[in-house]
Amino acid sequence: MSDDPRELLHGDFEAGQVRSHVAAPNAVLSSPCDDVDPSSPEVIELAADLVATMQASAGCVGLAANQIGVASRVFSLDVSDHPKTRTSHGLFVLCNPVLEQASRNEKAREGCLSVPDFTGDVKRATRVTVRGWVPGSGREVVITTDAFEARAIQHEIDHLNGLLFLDRVAGAHAIHVRQTYL
Amino acid sequence: MSSFGVTVVGHDRPGIVADITGALGAHGGNLEDSSMTLLRGHFAWTLIVDLDASLAEVDEAVDPLRAAELLVSVVELPVEAIEPDAPTHWLNVHGSDRPGIVSAVTREIAANGGNITDLSTRLVGSLYVVSADVTLPATTDNQELVRRLSAAATELGVEISLRPVDSVDVF
Repeated sequence: MSDDPRELLHGDFEAGQVRSHVAAPNAVLSSPCDDVDPSSPEVIELAADLVATMQASAGCVGLAANQIGVASRVFSLDVSDHPKTRTSHGLFVLCNPVLEQASRNEKAREGCLSVPDFTGDVKRATRVTVRGWVPGSGREVVITTDAFEARAIQHEIDHLNGLLFLDRVAGAHAIHVRQTYL
Repeated sequence: MSSFGVTVVGHDRPGIVADITGALGAHGGNLEDSSMTLLRGHFAWTLIVDLDASLAEVDEAVDPLRAAELLVSVVELPVEAIEPDAPTHWLNVHGSDRPGIVSAVTREIAANGGNITDLSTRLVGSLYVVSADVTLPATTDNQELVRRLSAAATELGVEISLRPVDSVDVF
């Protein structure tokens, strides 16, 4: 196991394809995704596509596989350039992630590539520990992080469990029409 | 298909939302945007409904609700979609209740060409709280507006803050 960020995105990925997004309402966003074999060629290709699509989407710091229509437990993340980030593990992709610890909730407004016309105020843990497997090497990693990266990881794991931020908001005035596009 | 604005105000009880939507749904109405809350315990709902009917028919559809201590009004709205202004700032006011707080504060916003796009006011005990979404034109001198709002706050004996809306993080 390792939590060294430099080792998280291993393997010589081919450049991925930018895939089209899936927008809610869509069953693939509302259903739990399936575990994957992190070493399989399909998962390695999926990881590369997630990274390419995430990087091609303005302002997008994380992307789950079902957001591009693939019901597999894989997500990509990169919060390294975000002003709200404290700890960052750089660009990485995780397979079959499991949230092992979560504490110190804070509320913040979130948007989602799959819910382009709304934002929501969501309470999430600001300290998390997540276990997952790196695509390609299949190596098991444990990431402990905080602040914005913790929020982004929880948002992506929610996607893989078939949950949107719309399922998490609390109160009648926690969902807002999104009027500012990046 | 026509678009109607319906307002419902009155004594709160369980089932008002179900009754109103049932009455409109029975005529093929499709509920679009709506906002409902309790204001000092009174039921208050404003809704937009699309319906293939005349104003008189919609009015008749909701008429049975009027017998239940509810004031229900219906107006026909223009069909064209209106894109709302994007809020640029959040306005918050709090302080001792007194007449004229909302008027004085929003007058300063309007004088700068600003538009209120969402507004909530609450009075609990003697504490009065106002929160609003505000759209300010790009030409607004924000420092001057804050100065004028601060002067109004001093006059009213309340606290006022005006801050830019947070950026939205996309995942």
